[in-house]
Amino acid sequence: MTEELLRIEGLKTYFLTEAGIVKAVDGMSFEVKKGETLGLVGESGSGKTVTALSILRIVPKPGKIVEGKIIFKGENLLNKSEKEMQSIRGREIAIIFQDPSSSLNPVYNVETQLRDVLLAHDSISKEDCRPKIIELMNLVGIPEAEIRMREFPHQFSGGMKQRVAIARALALQPTLLFADEPTTALDVTIQAQVLELLEDLKKRMGMSLVMITHDMGIIAKMTTRVVVMYAGNVCEIAETEDLYEHPRHPYTALLLAAVPRLDRKKTLSIIPGNIPNLIEPPSGCRFHPRCKYAKEKCSEAQPVLEQVEPEHFVACYEWKNILLQGENAKSD
Amino acid sequence: MRKVTEQSFIQVRNLKKYFPIYSRGVLTKKQVGQVHAVDDISFEINKQETFALVGESGCGKTTTARLILNLIEPDSGEVFVDGENVVEKFKSANNEAKLGLRRKMQMIFQNPYGSLDPRMTICDIISEPLIIHKHVPKGERCERVYELLKLVGLEEYHAERYPHEFSGGQRQRICIARALAVEPEFIVADEPVSSLDVSIRAQILNLLGDLQKKIGLSFLYISHDLSSVRQISQRVGVMYLGEIVELADTDELFDNPLHPYTQALIEAVPIPDPKVKNVKARLRGEVPSPINPPSGCRFNPRCSRAKAECREKKFELTEVKKDHFLACIEAG
Repeated sequence: MTEELLRIEGLKTYFLTEAGIVKAVDGMSFEVKKGETLGLVGESGSGKTVTALSILRIVPKPGKIVEGKIIFKGENLLNKSEKEMQSIRGREIAIIFQDPSSSLNPVYNVETQLRDVLLAHDSISKEDCRPKIIELMNLVGIPEAEIRMREFPHQFSGGMKQRVAIARALALQPTLLFADEPTTALDVTIQAQVLELLEDLKKRMGMSLVMITHDMGIIAKMTTRVVVMYAGNVCEIAETEDLYEHPRHPYTALLLAAVPRLDRKKTLSIIPGNIPNLIEPPSGCRFHPRCKYAKEKCSEAQPVLEQVEPEHFVACYEWKNILLQGENAKSD
Repeated sequence: MRKVTEQSFIQVRNLKKYFPIYSRGVLTKKQVGQVHAVDDISFEINKQETFALVGESGCGKTTTARLILNLIEPDSGEVFVDGENVVEKFKSANNEAKLGLRRKMQMIFQNPYGSLDPRMTICDIISEPLIIHKHVPKGERCERVYELLKLVGLEEYHAERYPHEFSGGQRQRICIARALAVEPEFIVADEPVSSLDVSIRAQILNLLGDLQKKIGLSFLYISHDLSSVRQISQRVGVMYLGEIVELADTDELFDNPLHPYTQALIEAVPIPDPKVKNVKARLRGEVPSPINPPSGCRFNPRCSRAKAECREKKFELTEVKKDHFLACIEAG
């Protein structure tokens, strides 16, 4: 068994808005193991990003972590002071955001932005930064680093900007990297390049990677384990191959069946209805209004994660009674 | 050149659009270059067919659509709708005739949040085209709106609501209802599902497919998402830097791609199945600027199989197999 690096227990992050309390993350529990690539998958509003922001403790106002534990390397991050958190962000846990055009500062050149990260954490002089910056830019595959580091973000293409963002996140060699939809804003051929780069860097630096995405294709390609989220809750946790082959939660099965495939035509199944409003989420299992297997019990109390197999957990009352089809069972 | 078949509804011949770039100046405005947005493309769309245009951002897909609808005027080239040269007609004809042409061709936009007026009720939105085109007498308008709402899977009582009360998927249904209001024969769907969630995407894709069967529309489906293209279209044209590089039946194109760019594009898409391993990203570098496109075959700087000749000579779309067209030196 591999060692665990991060464990989340019953995390609740709420946004206290005028319209009411938005329960963006409502009782999340999962772990990240050392050196693994974990997928965090779900639709918009399922709480993927808020989970990552909570772990880094950078939830924007009016959001608040109201309950739970975030155990990183044996210590609860929620008990740390803001100063201690600052030394963890970047050095231990780093994040790459979805849109590189808005996560980089347009008025500073790339060298300055990368240098700021180095200076903020390490006691090195400005002059010593330069070779490090060039090394970093080479690492993420930006050619002519000496020239390009003097350029500004708008002079870079989308893919190159994301490489700069990756270089910035990796500057201090973190042990855990969150990649929040890192390729959603990029074209497919550039996406393939960036995904390959992330995989390669993860291996070389021996870090753990958490891929946050809604793209079932990226999850299949990149990850070894997956956490499926729905409306702020965890539905299912399993090893990737097992999840695609034998989904246990009705939502996971529907999600897989709703995604078109490039390598063959299939009948797309539909998930009826819409994503619930998180101010007044449905009672019980949050998926029950859209679930065709729902029984009375499902609307009464929230199911907890049950172990199906050693590495497979599902939060559903009915999983023993329903037989769901995986991705490969359905060819037509 | 290809022969014009009997049942082709839209014919595009040698369509060209360059956008001028001007130097900055208060008194003098000098043209310093031009963006080769659409460069000499030809294709046909048959009756009751879904034809897809795929390609990365900036390759000219949307410009092509706008040219066909005459929302912008082409520099040269012809567009025939039902045998009628509409480019000529739009230049000369009176407003009534133009309106008649517009009625035949409608459009669905990418972002359903930006394409619905927030101050209008759904009933107003859907009946607006009916009023403009005087398509339905006043007394029957409401009936027609209800009919349309039902057609796209909404209810009568939705008519009195405003756009903000709807989710993204429902809004896209409203946009589809609006496009169908005047009984067009041809609809351009420009990335209709890319701003929607995975579970909602399948709903809209299935709806478009059903509508086509029911009403017998012709569709131009524009997307960068190859999986959805495989799902919905019958024929596909692959665009690169303003040119069509390959054109074939959907299954033929995806199972047997011939152009090096098509091959790379298909390989770059992650398949939602962990058992299918993607090959290493083969395409290096990025799409060159359409201001100074490479000479000869525009793909040659990124092509692994490029020969010296590719840098000098342009290759026309030629039929290599029945209904499979290729613009490449390898077409022979």
